[in-house]
Amino acid sequence: MEKIGILIETKDDVIKKTNFGMISQVRGQTRGLCALVMNAKGSLYQEQLQAYGIEKIIDIATGEGPLQWNPVAWAGAIISAMNQFGINTLCGLTSALGKDLLPRIAARLDAPLVMDCMEIDLVRHTAKKSQFSGKTVATIKVSGHHYVFGMRPNAAEAAPQPCESELIAYHVPAESPDLAVRQIKQDAAQGIDLTEADVIISGGRGMENAENFDILFECAQVIGAAVGASRAAVDAGWVPHTMQVGQTGATVNPKVYIACGISGSVQHFAGMKTSGLIVAVNTDPEAGIVKNCDYYMVADLFDVIPVLTDRLKAAVEDN
Amino acid sequence: MKIYVCVKHVPDSAARITIVAKNQIAEDITFLLNPYDENAVEEAVRLKEQTGNSEIIAVTLGKQSALNTLQAALAMGADRAILVKTDNRPDSIMTARALKAAIELDGKPDIIFTGKESIDGEGMQTMFRLAAAMGLPVATNAVAFALAQDHAAVESDLEAGVRQELEIPLPCVIGTGKGLNTPRYPTFMDIRNSKKKEIRQIDMDDLGIEAPPSSMEVLELEPSVEQRQPKEIKGTPLEMVRQLIEVLRQEAKVI
Repeated sequence: MEKIGILIETKDDVIKKTNFGMISQVRGQTRGLCALVMNAKGSLYQEQLQAYGIEKIIDIATGEGPLQWNPVAWAGAIISAMNQFGINTLCGLTSALGKDLLPRIAARLDAPLVMDCMEIDLVRHTAKKSQFSGKTVATIKVSGHHYVFGMRPNAAEAAPQPCESELIAYHVPAESPDLAVRQIKQDAAQGIDLTEADVIISGGRGMENAENFDILFECAQVIGAAVGASRAAVDAGWVPHTMQVGQTGATVNPKVYIACGISGSVQHFAGMKTSGLIVAVNTDPEAGIVKNCDYYMVADLFDVIPVLTDRLKAAVEDN
Repeated sequence: MKIYVCVKHVPDSAARITIVAKNQIAEDITFLLNPYDENAVEEAVRLKEQTGNSEIIAVTLGKQSALNTLQAALAMGADRAILVKTDNRPDSIMTARALKAAIELDGKPDIIFTGKESIDGEGMQTMFRLAAAMGLPVATNAVAFALAQDHAAVESDLEAGVRQELEIPLPCVIGTGKGLNTPRYPTFMDIRNSKKKEIRQIDMDDLGIEAPPSSMEVLELEPSVEQRQPKEIKGTPLEMVRQLIEVLRQEAKVI
């Protein structure tokens, strides 16, 4: 029987909500599901984690307190906990953090790793993930002594299944990492992670300039949406590359993706095609995005989005 | 410095993918240098320009056709190249071992660059496996890179709006992100001169790589479901917005 550990990602002492979808997906396939938390604050998360069927919470820390962020030290600590508790399968999110940690862990264990999984089957040891710019879905068979999977955020719905959980503090031995974290820089401008968002409003060439993105930010703010961009908008220098959705940017999976003035190239679709609903606002009825979305408006985004912002404010107030 | 750049020959992202033999693709399409590896080559060339006395060696694993991708790296400024030839499709566990063997056979790296992922397999892991095999430190998704005395300073994103600055002793492996630089377009002369550069070919079987304890195998490829059924929302902006809000409320349940 596989023993599974789920690496929980938190931000400002709150569990990122995409963790719950990941837990829900894995839960049915195993017993004695463990969660690994990394900031010595397991008690803060216990109630929420047991509501989703986590039976054991392994709270990883040093003897002195939280283990300071260092990708090498964290990877070592997670491996140490896996060994200590007999965990042979690790699941985490394919977030920026997960992309730094999970491959480190897999490489050190010489274990197979599938990143950005849409589905995993822990009995057959297979995972499904997109390949070739999202044009195909690959079923990958893994074999080894350990297994590591990076789950695509939002790939599965979160469904509660309460149980009782046990909280275990695990103190890891100190390790000297082979690289140092000099600084963590917070960028004040943008808060909501594209991969975490339920709704993304993206702008493309039709935005015309950098300033006009404020129209999207204003609208997004009302409902806690994230703002994305097409490569055209990034290459034009209107917004930073961190906002790019698509082949060479972020792969996102929101419930709703609203594309404003985006033509919808193959490369853009590669990053957002698995979105729940795709809504296109475009003046060109022949645009690729209009041909392959769920709803479209042949309209000028500058006419529509400010009205949307306005009506959303009213709708949110009514709630 | 000896700068190695690991590159991959991948299908053009705009190419139509046809699945054959259940788990492979038809290869009669345009292949090119993996876009993230372009950033890796570019950074290597910039580092060479900055340090002077350096050599850049592009390394790839693949079929004979991968020579085209090495040629592209040479045109961008790599000095010579190595093709580890195989007609198989090795997973990244095997690939990392082969790259290590080929690099060690060739020389002693001061730094190894490679793209943060390939756009075909999208595995996101080969640089970590290469680093682990060689016992070197590694960072990925570098969006800023600077060389100091005996280490590299690398910045990478941890999440939206949060960036870490890492100090990594040399030699090391760096996975390059898109935001790191803008890859140069080779000129006609660059392309012509690159044809004179050396490409060494090694048979993967001659590297004597032991079978690894683990593996990843693509059992099946299926085409993604592509087509949605677009419905038009019509009316004045206000009418359209009202309908959209109903969709967001009733169908998507996000407000």
